[in-house]
Amino acid sequence: MPEWILYLLDFLPEWDWLHVLLIALIKVVAIFIPLVMAVAYLPYAERKIIGYMQIRIGPNRVGPRGWLQPIADALKLILKEIIVPTKSNKYLFIMAPLLAIGPAFAVWSVIPFTDTLVLADINAGLLLVLAMTSIGVYGIIIAGWASNSKYAFLSSMRAAAQIVSYELAMGFALVTVLMAAGTLNLREIVLAQSGGLTDWYLWPLFPMFMVYFISGVAETNRAPFDVAEGESEIVGGFSIEYSGMTFAVFFLAEYANMILIAALTSLMFLGGWMSPFGSASDVMILGDGIHWLLLKTSFMLFFFLWFRATFPRYRYDQIMRLGWKVFIPLTIIWIVVMGVAMFLTPWGYLFH
Amino acid sequence: MMKNAIYAIKSLFLIELWKGLAVTGKHLFQRKITVQYPEEKTPMSFRFRGLHALRRYPNGEERCIACKLCEAVCPALAIKIDSEAREDGSRRTTRYDIDLTKCIYCGFCEEACPVDAIVETREFEYFGESQADLYYTKDMLLAIGDRMEESIASDRKQDAAYR
Repeated sequence: MPEWILYLLDFLPEWDWLHVLLIALIKVVAIFIPLVMAVAYLPYAERKIIGYMQIRIGPNRVGPRGWLQPIADALKLILKEIIVPTKSNKYLFIMAPLLAIGPAFAVWSVIPFTDTLVLADINAGLLLVLAMTSIGVYGIIIAGWASNSKYAFLSSMRAAAQIVSYELAMGFALVTVLMAAGTLNLREIVLAQSGGLTDWYLWPLFPMFMVYFISGVAETNRAPFDVAEGESEIVGGFSIEYSGMTFAVFFLAEYANMILIAALTSLMFLGGWMSPFGSASDVMILGDGIHWLLLKTSFMLFFFLWFRATFPRYRYDQIMRLGWKVFIPLTIIWIVVMGVAMFLTPWGYLFH
Repeated sequence: MMKNAIYAIKSLFLIELWKGLAVTGKHLFQRKITVQYPEEKTPMSFRFRGLHALRRYPNGEERCIACKLCEAVCPALAIKIDSEAREDGSRRTTRYDIDLTKCIYCGFCEEACPVDAIVETREFEYFGESQADLYYTKDMLLAIGDRMEESIASDRKQDAAYR
């Protein structure tokens, strides 16, 4: 907390709760605004990168090299009318986007950006992450239900089944991380990976890293698991009936979830803010710091976009097969093998 | 047996998926081939079929002799011709309309024309703010022909060898 903010707080009445509230509020804003900016610019990055992969240039008309494209997009969506279908459930219809975006942003309260830079350093951070990411599916289900449209409904059914299935694999994959780290606190999970590139959980838990990230792609309904959108089959999925700002909020929620999954992957498996060269580096920029977390998150986000540019959409039964018959058995076996290795054999050090 | 084992290993290590990612990864760094349209344009064939035009002979006489072959051949029924005898006794059109909203730019009218009167030009950047704006009359078509005679003539000349 910078000095000047504390200095400003001196002028306020001597109520402790007010100070706590204000400081928490300032922290929330400090996390929220960069996050919203990132969420706004991620679609631009996506269009550029996918364009480049298709030997195109991508958006380059609005502003220099298209840098103002997200602002133009946002302005367009804000100015558009919000159409509520006549026979829809109006309260749920308006509430669904909020339910989708709320959890996507709420999880950021426990994400540690550096050793000290964390809004809520709680012990059960990982549990909160799992709980909050599960709540996100309600937004999609309610959107599909409230729209009173068969396509939206089909899409929300698909999304619900898919997200619930992959959440299991995702949770199991994270169980291996917490077995290795011995804690649910996200900050301590990262600290357990301190040392350098070779100490990251990426190496001992590599299959779980793959399972977690692929499940994360499925969890966010991104290509190649984007059957919930399925524009060729169900004309755009749960958000067909949404327009203007309500649609924009769904859009933002999807991208916020992507950033979240990427950040969590870098926290759990890529050592969070830890430098790959070890923290002993003399050079400032190579030492530990928030820039490493941002770099790793961007790297994982690039994979999301890369997947989308590369893979065709999975067939729905194949998605279910991958989730239930490959990932869940694989993670359960891994947990058992890892547990045995850690407590009954001398090779347990491999996972610490 | 061996086949199955190879397949299992391939799918376990996502071999084919990495190959796919390698392809798109390579394309990421390739030279981009986008044509920045209003500033850059692709080369155009001399057989390009754009906006229609009615041509004249060098002495200023209009070529069209109102044979109505183009009207007959037009698959979209976009051409409407009325004709009468002029004072000097030659048959000329009194009306030659093309409805560009119906026209499919197949170029049959141009092929059917015995005197190369109706032609399709290189012009394609035109628009209408209403449907009526895209209903071209004889005067408009003749004006286009006068305006673009140079490019029309050179295109016909290049194409003549293949006719």
